[in-house]
Amino acid sequence: VSGDRPVGLTALHKEVLRIALFAAAVTLFLTGSSSGVALNFVMMALYAALLAQAWNILGGYGGQFSFGHALFFGTGAYVQAIAQMQAGLNPWLALPLSALASAAIGLVVGTLSFRYGLKGSYFALVTLAFAEVFRIVALSVPFTGAGVGLMLPLRESFSNMQFDSRRGYALLILALVVLALSVTCWLKHSRFGAYLQAVRDNEDAARASGVNPFRIKLGAIALSGSFMGAGGAFYIQVFQYLDPGIAYGSHTSVEALVGAIVGGMGTLWGPVVGALALHLLADLTRNLFGQLPGISMVIYGCVLVLMIMFAPRGLSGAGHSVRALWRGKSK
Amino acid sequence: MLDIGILFPSLLNGLTTGAVYALIALGLTLIYGVLHIINFAHGASLMLALYAVYFLKDQFGLDPYLALPLVVPAMFGLGYGLQRFVINPASHGRDENILLVTLGLSIIMENLALLFFKSDTRSIDTAYTLTTIPINIGIAQAMISLPKLVAFAGALVTSTVLILIVGRTDLGRAIRAVAKEKHGAKLMGIDVDHVYAMSFGIGLACLGAAACFLLPAYYVNPQVGGGFVLVAFTIVVLGGMGSFTGALLGGLLIGVVESLGGLFMGESLGQIGIFLIFIAVLLLRPQGMFGVKP
Repeated sequence: VSGDRPVGLTALHKEVLRIALFAAAVTLFLTGSSSGVALNFVMMALYAALLAQAWNILGGYGGQFSFGHALFFGTGAYVQAIAQMQAGLNPWLALPLSALASAAIGLVVGTLSFRYGLKGSYFALVTLAFAEVFRIVALSVPFTGAGVGLMLPLRESFSNMQFDSRRGYALLILALVVLALSVTCWLKHSRFGAYLQAVRDNEDAARASGVNPFRIKLGAIALSGSFMGAGGAFYIQVFQYLDPGIAYGSHTSVEALVGAIVGGMGTLWGPVVGALALHLLADLTRNLFGQLPGISMVIYGCVLVLMIMFAPRGLSGAGHSVRALWRGKSK
Repeated sequence: MLDIGILFPSLLNGLTTGAVYALIALGLTLIYGVLHIINFAHGASLMLALYAVYFLKDQFGLDPYLALPLVVPAMFGLGYGLQRFVINPASHGRDENILLVTLGLSIIMENLALLFFKSDTRSIDTAYTLTTIPINIGIAQAMISLPKLVAFAGALVTSTVLILIVGRTDLGRAIRAVAKEKHGAKLMGIDVDHVYAMSFGIGLACLGAAACFLLPAYYVNPQVGGGFVLVAFTIVVLGGMGSFTGALLGGLLIGVVESLGGLFMGESLGQIGIFLIFIAVLLLRPQGMFGVKP
């Protein structure tokens, strides 16, 4: 297919097909595998991919680097836990509610920061500060269980979103990742996504062409926040314990950001590739050095610095360069 | 409620803490003013300096104040090396990259500390740790611990030295030239990369001094930098990015806010006051008290 009108499948069709193949392949693996280690690995990698994709929507496609995405993660997790424990809501209904709550927080933070034109390092700092404010508030108010934390009661059944093995959780997070991939795919090809990338590349030029950067960025932060919130809701369902440090601590913010950057910001598959690569690496070091505190974060930090130094476009960007080089050679 | 007898000790306490905050913020604001980057690894670097002071005392019995001539040059060297060999090559001329690289560095430092020194909180014991000095101003009096008073004086002296270096020396002139117009400075024969690395080194050297003044009345653990990093950013933003006067006054102000906030609202909620100031300043007046509009 040359540069003329695409014959047969368009780029969009191909991407949808790839997402469907990915979903089918992982489902097949999950239903076939009985190894607890493998199921756990796939679940954790998919979970990291969801966080990275959430960050990617705002950071990669929108160019707004958040250092405090834990803000949305923690809010989603708390809403999921409190809705069940205090209001007796079914977790399947609580999950969309968590995503909505995080999107709402995104709208508030976005309205404040984008209204006053914060960008670059200022935006990164303000998101970090908001996450910190929420952490301190969560430590001080009664309904979050303060420093003691919240323990989700164990009630194993499908309707309670508590499964008897990692397989159920892995399928659940797969569904969320596929949803995030589909939304990102839509984002790439939609008018809204085109506006968002235009704002990222040159805000003034976008404004001059009649795009309202404020509303576009607001849409991106709400979308990004909702997936991060869903990630938080998933977390509490799996691990059933939450405290302010887990919810709003910087660890989750870092994991989301590093996954997206390592894989490649502003690409559809980058966050999935990045999350998988990081988890392989973390598992490898665990096998080599044993369970040492902090070692996986050291690896994350080193990978982040090295990637920015040598491959600022991420693994998928590096892949493209290699492929372009190969094609150039074979001509 | 507003009894001067309660307010005065709290105010004094806030001012002494604030002076150390100011010293930390001065390093950060110098780096920002010259390189126009936010050093996210500032808190983690302070943590490393605190460990250095701790181990010098713990292993060799060296008094924290006597460790100054060792820790300050060491931190300067670390800063120079980091900027020259890591941050600068990784930046590819883009500010976002620098932000991410310094974030990566802070993650590495904090978790290496966790790996090697474990998460225990450590503090040192000196002959003067518990010494207090009474201060009487007629209408009120307070007891203030000696290390805090030394930290206050030390932070002010170091800040003065820093301001003199930047204001009066050839190096300072080069730093200011690069901060204003790096291409012009380059044409005048200034080695811009060297000046960048010097500024980063001096910024971290401030942390070395802060660590020596801080530790006798404080503690160290791998996460200790996190608490300082947002406070330092708040001060820098409040004072105006790149402004020394702003950092000094901002530091003292934030120290007092934290102390009074803790007095009225309890320890953990007192910190919220700082972050709310931070968010408000970022939103309403991002150029700060003494800064130029970005």
